[in-house]
Amino acid sequence: MKLSELFAQGKFVVTGELGPPKGCHLDHLMHEATKYLSRVAGINVTDLQAAAMRVGSLVTCKRLLEHNLNPVLQIVCRDRNRISLQSELLGAAEFGIDNVLCLTGDHNILGDHPDSMPVFDLDSVSLLHAATTLMGGKDLAGNDLEGDPPSLCLGCVVNPGADPLEPQIIKLKMKQDVGAHFCQTQAVYDADVYKRFKDAVDKAGITIPIMGGLVMLKSAGMAKYMNRMVAGVFVPPDLVQRMTDTDDKPKTSIEITVELINGLKPYCEGIHIMSLGWDQYVPAVLDGAGL
Amino acid sequence: MIVTERKPLEELAAMLAGEQGTYLVACSGCPVGHKTGDEASLQQLEADLRAQGVTVLGRTSIDFLCNKPLVALRLMRVLEEIETADSLLVVSCGIGVQATAATVDKPVHPAMNTISMGGFQGLWPSEERCGQCGDCNLDVTGGICPVVFCSKSLLNGTCGGSDKGKCEVSKDVPCGWSLIYDRLAKTGRLDQLSKLNVLKNRDLMRVKPEQRRGSIWALELIEPEPEPQPEGKPA
Repeated sequence: MKLSELFAQGKFVVTGELGPPKGCHLDHLMHEATKYLSRVAGINVTDLQAAAMRVGSLVTCKRLLEHNLNPVLQIVCRDRNRISLQSELLGAAEFGIDNVLCLTGDHNILGDHPDSMPVFDLDSVSLLHAATTLMGGKDLAGNDLEGDPPSLCLGCVVNPGADPLEPQIIKLKMKQDVGAHFCQTQAVYDADVYKRFKDAVDKAGITIPIMGGLVMLKSAGMAKYMNRMVAGVFVPPDLVQRMTDTDDKPKTSIEITVELINGLKPYCEGIHIMSLGWDQYVPAVLDGAGL
Repeated sequence: MIVTERKPLEELAAMLAGEQGTYLVACSGCPVGHKTGDEASLQQLEADLRAQGVTVLGRTSIDFLCNKPLVALRLMRVLEEIETADSLLVVSCGIGVQATAATVDKPVHPAMNTISMGGFQGLWPSEERCGQCGDCNLDVTGGICPVVFCSKSLLNGTCGGSDKGKCEVSKDVPCGWSLIYDRLAKTGRLDQLSKLNVLKNRDLMRVKPEQRRGSIWALELIEPEPEPQPEGKPA
């Protein structure tokens, strides 16, 4: 199911996220997904997240399809050139994957193979362009594809808390112009930050549906780490304090996530929940937010 | 010596479209030796541009545009002429274009594509570095090369890892696209960013066989090929 069809029906779309493991066994992940993420409209599968080597996104998405779950294939440009990226998109379509999220990808220096070669032959914009081109029946070199071209719902990302914000808005507009159908944001912990971002988006003529991104806080330490290390993510001091003071971290995390969903909901077309392994608490978040 | 070739005339005309006049800044170093920026080439360039309706307000040549202090010194002499121009059109490798752009708060257009420098970054390089990609886009990027100054060599704007002007790889590394954004904002050219959606032709950075005939490729290039002699006659 394409997420764009749900947006077209006026639905408030909720997606979740899974990170494949460093190993060749996906049974546990599939168990978690079927048990805890069956209520979300789509499940993002990260592509070698944080530049760490692990089992791939496409394989994991295929397994999700076998469990009648709706995957969102994330593809990053760090590890493959345009030949391989286009091939991956064709492979996704062949498997029946309907949603693809196109990203540039973290630099490999940040991952567990810092000695590897960064590729970045394409970037998020040119990858979207490549996907749109394939959907028109040609590859990037202008060669015809055999048979019906792939039909994909293309997603992109943006960072609402980036400082400065304007370059992000300019780039998001480019992504819309080259064919993105929807957008998911980096984690936001302040509805006012999101509202300012939304105003800039509207002013720039960006009309694709945007899903507010939420990372579930697991501890005060994690919040402080993100404030220090993750670009454009700021967890306000009161939320850090609540995670410090609590005796029940999951309960407080669920409460905070529900509050954030309620705060963002008036300004976005959906929510993307990044539970970072806390998949078992996603149903409680959905219940709390009435989703 | 640095290998350059003149950009196609249509590309130059598109860069300069809508401007009242441009001022030519030429490097008297490698482009002269390589015969892409010698007197004859510069006259031809001016004539070609005029035929396209471009007004060239003047021209100055500087020995080695990679020598940034010299660039500043020499451009001071023609300050009045430069001030009347909408832009500078720079006949040099990517380093010279960037050195000029760092010196003057004017839009700076590259007249050349830099194909290969064999790792060589000019005779007196400062911070400026050229990615030798063979398809110079410094016109759109405010005279700062994203191939070099973005850690991922991204061509279509900042990634999500940029934070307060710093790159995600290290807080000590400036974000190249942040530098580009600031330069474009300073010169009132932020609209250039909407011209992106670049799909780089990586084949253009490949050194062609005729340019690969020895360790000093460019020097050999200026040696004319010997005329083929008719068979049977000694040279």
